[in-house]
Amino acid sequence: MTTNPQQMTPLLEVKGLTKTFPSTVALSEVDFTLLAGDVHVLVGENGAGKSTLIKLITGVHRKDAGTILLEGKEIDPRSPRHAQELGISTVYQEVNLIPTLSVAENIFLGRQPLRWGMINMRAVERQAKQLLKDFNVDIDVTRNLSSYSVAIQQIVAIVRGVSLSAKVLILDEPTSSLDHHEVEMLFSVIRSLQARGIGIILITHFLDQVYAIATRITVLRNGKKIGEHLVSELPRVQLITEMLGKELTKDSDEQDENAISKHANSETFLKVNGFARKGTIEPFDLEIRRGEIVGLAGLLGSGRTEVAHLIFGVEQNDKGEAYVNGKPVNIKSPRQAIRHGFALCPEDRKIEGIIGDLSVRENIILALQAKMGWFNYLSRQKQNEFANQMIKALSIATPNAEKPVKELSGGNQQKVILARWLIANPDFLILDEPTRGIDVGAHAEIIQIIKRLANEGKAMLIISSELAEVVEYSDRVMILRDRKKVRELEGNDINENTIMKAIATD
Amino acid sequence: MNVEGQQANPAKSGLEGIKTLAISVSSSRLFWTGLALFIILLVDLMISPNFFEIRLVNDRLVGSIVNILDNSAPYALLAIGMTLVIATKGIDLSVGAVMAICAAVAVTLIKQYEAGATEFYYQPGFVILITIGVGAICGLWNGILIAFLNLQPIIATLILMVAGRGVAQLITNGQSPTFTNDTLAFIGRGVVWGVPFPIYIAFVVLIFVTLLVRRTALGLLIESVGVNDRASYYAGIQANAIKVFVYVLSGVCAAIAGMIVAGEVKSADPHKAGLFSELDAILAVVIGGTSLLGGRFYLFLSVMGVLIIQSMLAGLYVSTLHPTTNLVVKAVVVLAVLLLQSPEFRRFISQPFGKLSRRRR
Repeated sequence: MTTNPQQMTPLLEVKGLTKTFPSTVALSEVDFTLLAGDVHVLVGENGAGKSTLIKLITGVHRKDAGTILLEGKEIDPRSPRHAQELGISTVYQEVNLIPTLSVAENIFLGRQPLRWGMINMRAVERQAKQLLKDFNVDIDVTRNLSSYSVAIQQIVAIVRGVSLSAKVLILDEPTSSLDHHEVEMLFSVIRSLQARGIGIILITHFLDQVYAIATRITVLRNGKKIGEHLVSELPRVQLITEMLGKELTKDSDEQDENAISKHANSETFLKVNGFARKGTIEPFDLEIRRGEIVGLAGLLGSGRTEVAHLIFGVEQNDKGEAYVNGKPVNIKSPRQAIRHGFALCPEDRKIEGIIGDLSVRENIILALQAKMGWFNYLSRQKQNEFANQMIKALSIATPNAEKPVKELSGGNQQKVILARWLIANPDFLILDEPTRGIDVGAHAEIIQIIKRLANEGKAMLIISSELAEVVEYSDRVMILRDRKKVRELEGNDINENTIMKAIATD
Repeated sequence: MNVEGQQANPAKSGLEGIKTLAISVSSSRLFWTGLALFIILLVDLMISPNFFEIRLVNDRLVGSIVNILDNSAPYALLAIGMTLVIATKGIDLSVGAVMAICAAVAVTLIKQYEAGATEFYYQPGFVILITIGVGAICGLWNGILIAFLNLQPIIATLILMVAGRGVAQLITNGQSPTFTNDTLAFIGRGVVWGVPFPIYIAFVVLIFVTLLVRRTALGLLIESVGVNDRASYYAGIQANAIKVFVYVLSGVCAAIAGMIVAGEVKSADPHKAGLFSELDAILAVVIGGTSLLGGRFYLFLSVMGVLIIQSMLAGLYVSTLHPTTNLVVKAVVVLAVLLLQSPEFRRFISQPFGKLSRRRR
């Protein structure tokens, strides 16, 4: 069963796959080949097209052009269920099973062995136990799925997928919420699937894991295929280069003129020692002075946003301490962080930033009003003054201050959120991907605003995937990899090469 | 309709000006809600030609309109509280049960006073304060379940909706106690300058709450939490405190409504007081244009929604329709009112049918 007579026919072959959504080309003429027994990792930053490719293969979306061949025969998956019938199973990060049913019931849901027209529970349990044992997982299959860890739940989902006679198994970020030991357990399951000749497509953001399990890597960027490599032939730095789309120059002569730490004399605003939260981020130190911009670089999923959330009190640290102006603080909520002069422009503008139905004016005064309290209402005149002043200062493109903020473009929404914090006059701004998804003009304007704010003496922590941007404004850069702070660069050491190298290697 | 356009236009010819004015008026919620009320009153007039007649009998104004306002008072109170709750994307199903609890508390205490108890807290004035306090505690309970234990509002308030009538029965020992005290009765059946007292209460509460939320930051913060509570939290708004506040206010409104109902009939019926009134309150809020998805809220229009419902019921009572048809007619009228307010529906009937489906696509 494990030997394929036609070794050379790929298990799954995708040619020229293209998908266009109303505003964007999500995937453009991508080729992809999966061999039996391969673990083929798909990597790429946000918007690279990984999930679009998966969704086309599994029938969630329909392709616009291109062909999908399974064992040499053309297929056209119409729905995830159809794809599954064809032999393509998918396990998502969020396990798609029923937590209140037993492990055995979950594995056989919808195809329980019958006896006299009734479900043969004993057979279900026996077979489920055997299936799991094949993967060296020995658990009580009669217990509810929810009583097990996410890792076990994922393995159950994999076993269910595989036992549906899958030839291709797609794992979409299965490891992002697992700890080290659980990842090992999952990997041993993947290896035994590999030995059975099942082709596995894996999406993950963790480079160490890529190198631990993958046989082959395909890099996507902006909906295009950038390269396909055998893992053994692809150095980490080259992988990062392909993902981020930057060329490594041999020797960087570019030197930042504003030489080393011009802020050495300004006072430290925020200092954190050994900040950590289990399962979120390993202990890190960070110090930010007034007027200083600290860039936070790392791949998606490396823990960038988590650092911001920990500092801003959205999540609580379970280790370490923080000092503001030299005094110890214990920040448990954004509100408390704001009291200490913090501000956060979150990564997800729609969900965490704007109040869509409210007007530009109301969005702008919101943080200041929240700080002032319920009964100390800003007069309407004052509100208009603030709003108009900010609309002008940040050149927010809106016909008037009363327009609902949800009707503005992404860049202008970002400016409104910036404006919201600026009138609250913070000492320390955290900007999480301030330039994502906004047009070129607004992009340049926001960079200008960032620099201006630093000159005004604000301490800033800026998260960005755009390395060029990070290099441009940062006085220091903190680099994260796999939820660990791996390096801190300063002054002349800051350039795209050093950052990429730090992301890639220990 | 963009606001700027309307302001820029009056300089143009008179006809243009009237046209823009018409557009601006017809796009406002007030206009359509008012039109619905007007049409219903017109139908009432057709059913009963002396519908608008008001007479002075024993120093009290008597007539259908007075009755509509009088009957509306407790519902208006509930709708005021409910509006703010719904604006935070919540719902309060317990207001009817809270009315029953508060009626039971008030009547039970006042009976002690009538029986000669002299402690200060049996004085009628204190009884009223205690009852309002009980309503606030009920709201606090709801608010804590929702804000701090993260229960779904519909489930959290369902608990008190179910349990509340049981609590009311425990307070009254399963009886429906009656009383004679004039102070408590005055809340439900008093008359000042010919006008029933509950109308004053509802009016004063409406004005007070409107000032409370619109002259302070509360209104903005409530709407902000209702539109996006996560972003509000990130902006430093105490979203939980706001939620607790609106449920407490809703409980207080229900307590006053409960006393009005108890005062009206000089008794507290744990089974019937305020039964199903939470549904009428929600309906009134929706008719008033506050979305169940939270966000923008309209206190005056919610109260107008109550008047619409009560005017319709008044019409049904004076009509020759058999009472068994009442609920069906009510449903049909409510549907018609909601359709009248829906911009999609108005476009649908005012334009060729094809346009709507094309727009959808």
